[in-house]
Amino acid sequence: MATLTLRGLRKSYGAVEAIKGIDLDVEDREFVVFVGPSGCGKSTLLRMIAGLEAITAGDLTIDGKRVNDVGPADRGLAMVFQSYALYPHMTVRQNMGFALRLARVPRAERDRKVEAAAAILQLGPYLDRTPKELSGGQRQRVAIGRSIVRNPKVFLFDEPLSNLDAALRGQMRIELARLHEELQATMIYVTHDQVEAMTMADKIVVLQAGRVEQVGTPLQLYHHPANLFVGGFIGSPRMNMLPGRIASSDAAGVTVELASGVRLKVPVEPGAAQPGDAVTLGIRPEALMARTDGELAGEVQLVERLGGLTLLHVGHGADLPLIVQTDGADASRARTPIRLAVDAAACHLFAANGITLPHLVTHRLVA
Amino acid sequence: MVPSVAVLLLWMIVPLVMTVWFSFQRYNLLDPSVGGFAGFDNYAYLVTDPDFWVSLRNTMVLLASVLVITVGLGTLLAVLFDQDFPGRGIARVLAISPFFVMPTVAALIWKNLMMHPIYGVFGAIAHGFGFEPIDWFAEYPMASVILIVSWEWLPFALLILLTAVQSLDHEQREAARMDSAGVVAQFFFITLPHLSRAISVVIMIETIFLLTVFAEIFVTTSGGPGNATTNLAFLIYARALLQFDVGGASAGGVVAILLANVVAFFLVRSIARRLEV
Amino acid sequence: MERSLTQRALITALGWGIALLLFFPIFWMVLTSLKTETGAIATPPQLIFRPSLSSYIDVQERADYLRFALNSVLISVGGSVLALAFAIPAAYSMAFHPSPRTRGTLLWMLSTKMLPPVGVLVPIYLLFRNAGLLDTQFGLIVIYALMNLPIVVWMLFTFYKEVPNEILEAGRMDGARTWSEVWFLLLPLTLPGVASTGLLSLILCWNEAFWSLNLTSSGAAPLTTFIASFSSPEGLFFAKLSAASTAAVAPILVFGWLSQRQLVRGLTFGAVK
Repeated sequence: MATLTLRGLRKSYGAVEAIKGIDLDVEDREFVVFVGPSGCGKSTLLRMIAGLEAITAGDLTIDGKRVNDVGPADRGLAMVFQSYALYPHMTVRQNMGFALRLARVPRAERDRKVEAAAAILQLGPYLDRTPKELSGGQRQRVAIGRSIVRNPKVFLFDEPLSNLDAALRGQMRIELARLHEELQATMIYVTHDQVEAMTMADKIVVLQAGRVEQVGTPLQLYHHPANLFVGGFIGSPRMNMLPGRIASSDAAGVTVELASGVRLKVPVEPGAAQPGDAVTLGIRPEALMARTDGELAGEVQLVERLGGLTLLHVGHGADLPLIVQTDGADASRARTPIRLAVDAAACHLFAANGITLPHLVTHRLVA
Repeated sequence: MVPSVAVLLLWMIVPLVMTVWFSFQRYNLLDPSVGGFAGFDNYAYLVTDPDFWVSLRNTMVLLASVLVITVGLGTLLAVLFDQDFPGRGIARVLAISPFFVMPTVAALIWKNLMMHPIYGVFGAIAHGFGFEPIDWFAEYPMASVILIVSWEWLPFALLILLTAVQSLDHEQREAARMDSAGVVAQFFFITLPHLSRAISVVIMIETIFLLTVFAEIFVTTSGGPGNATTNLAFLIYARALLQFDVGGASAGGVVAILLANVVAFFLVRSIARRLEV
Repeated sequence: MERSLTQRALITALGWGIALLLFFPIFWMVLTSLKTETGAIATPPQLIFRPSLSSYIDVQERADYLRFALNSVLISVGGSVLALAFAIPAAYSMAFHPSPRTRGTLLWMLSTKMLPPVGVLVPIYLLFRNAGLLDTQFGLIVIYALMNLPIVVWMLFTFYKEVPNEILEAGRMDGARTWSEVWFLLLPLTLPGVASTGLLSLILCWNEAFWSLNLTSSGAAPLTTFIASFSSPEGLFFAKLSAASTAAVAPILVFGWLSQRQLVRGLTFGAVK
């Protein structure tokens, strides 16, 4: 049971401002993911919440109580570190029970809680081993177990899966989601991997250069990015960005003319945008289809076959190649001409200042 | 931090001030009638004393020779002991043993059991080959002292450099081999640069101790013959506790401190760049 | 790399040859100590003889080895413990609460070590004489602690620096305050480092010959002084000299062998990464 509020939170190192005023609400039992490129301040923000970094300005409250000046030991939070930070001289049992031991919980109760947590994480057989006798994935689970045992108000995760191999990462993602379900706990999770963000989060916070770019559910961010940065950051492979100009606009949307002269009508509100204004057209790879009557002409430069999916890199004049996502059965070959149809309804238009022109219709999966 | 720095400061400053003070005094432990301010007389006496310049040279010769021998041989031996061979563990323990032997004992063993012209092992070997045994401490006194001190410090260099060699990333060496680097090229372009940090630590620590070598000289040659093996440490000792000339000895002490500071200045500057603090 | 048999044989021979060469003086000392006085100076040197412990008995009777050895133990342990007591808090604050002056302080402490003790011999001698500390164990303990303090602080500093910050942060998240952090995490994590620092300090104290020769005569004299007394003209008694030397070196040598792994860790001064 915990809610968290951040109001105007700032962090400076001397003259350098790393966190530039962040407002955020974390609801009870919510799984919030901080995501952003490296150096965006997401880890710093998490460490400020943990109490490991001092807050330069602003207010941090947990359950309505201001905790700016409360030490990490007294905030009632638990953290899983990227390096796991297990105590190398303690067994798994001692690692997991350390917080309870410091809190002077009687031994019997301590053992019971450690064993319960170990059961959840399938660590039972390893309780008397030391960290160096464990595999990477097991260490990861001990680190998580250590935080579970304390029954904290909020779980903090600092890129916990980045040291694991791809298969294990996928498995741990599922386990963490299950754990969140099971413990009904509030969790804040930092990652640079947007697949983790998309799959696990109730709410994603996209950060860049110490500021919040957008807060929303994964699909909100995917289908209604607030600006060019979020559009480009969320989604893999990345959104294709094409420069263009507004040709005209009416109640049904905005018509944009691309450099090649092709015109597309995108169902968005023009807002303050005038015909003639420069805009950026964002097309997701799955909104492009190879069709003989398609609007865009180009040449296949590279074919990446992932098995179930195929990615085509299509050159079309001077810009970066367009990335097209088709199914695995696609027979395209490199260095052959291709025509692409655009699903205009799924496209995004960004004004010259990067702000999205809002869609006329909200995506049906976004409440 | 405060207490130990304060203690060290006191330990540094009090004797230092006293040394400087005494160096300007006429002060002889045996002759209470002599006294009073001496000005720079003690220093004048010191710098006009040929023994002083010889001792300064001896100090530097000893330092430089032992550093070259121990770091050079130490590096080669470190590479050798990094190779796997039967009984390597025991061989390594034997090789590092001299480090644990106290300087006085080291000096005694070498003087009497090894280098003694009549009863020493060297003499016996020379005899065996039909040569005339050499009276080491009479004929090559400085070389003998250098030999003993190097024997004591070679294991230290070997230990540290061996640890450093062993920490060398095997993939780096394999990459070098893929680039068709031979054994010699690997040593010069991979191993040696990797060792630079460890070598500077060896040089720093050894310098600390080599500037102040005393027991080895005290036991073997007592600075002689003549002044052939008198280093600064021994000169001051002789002044103070054999001739009881506190003023003169203190002047020597001040010079020794200056010398240490000069060496420390260069050394600490070059080390500081390599050591992360 | 696969090596040919000749290469392996060559490396083995070279490795063992050099090891034996370096160890030979020590071996010869032990051998000589077991000979009779006449056997010890026989030419050519005896290799096969009937070992006898008579020299050891003579040495103990004449010079009371055990008293010197006891002094050595007392002074070395005392000096090392005292140095650690000063150095542990100093290194702790330098490593975990560094100030802009920390780096300078460390380098300065180290440079003080290059100052030859002779430079301050006279004032220390006079101070000791006036304070009645000449030829006392306590006097040497203090001197040895101060003498080794810079190196001890430096070594501990490098060990503390090796403790990953995230582990301490994890401790803080688990509810550890300064004292539990030091007691449950830092101390166990750096115990090997503290041990190897203490070992080195012990060896340096045991073998120190400058202050012990100049500041003690008989009462508090450690083994270095005991040995130096055998270098006088009567030192032609090679067997007794060897027996005394062996007796003086043996404890620290065995100690060094047993703890060499620990010691190596400490000796590298953070130079090996």
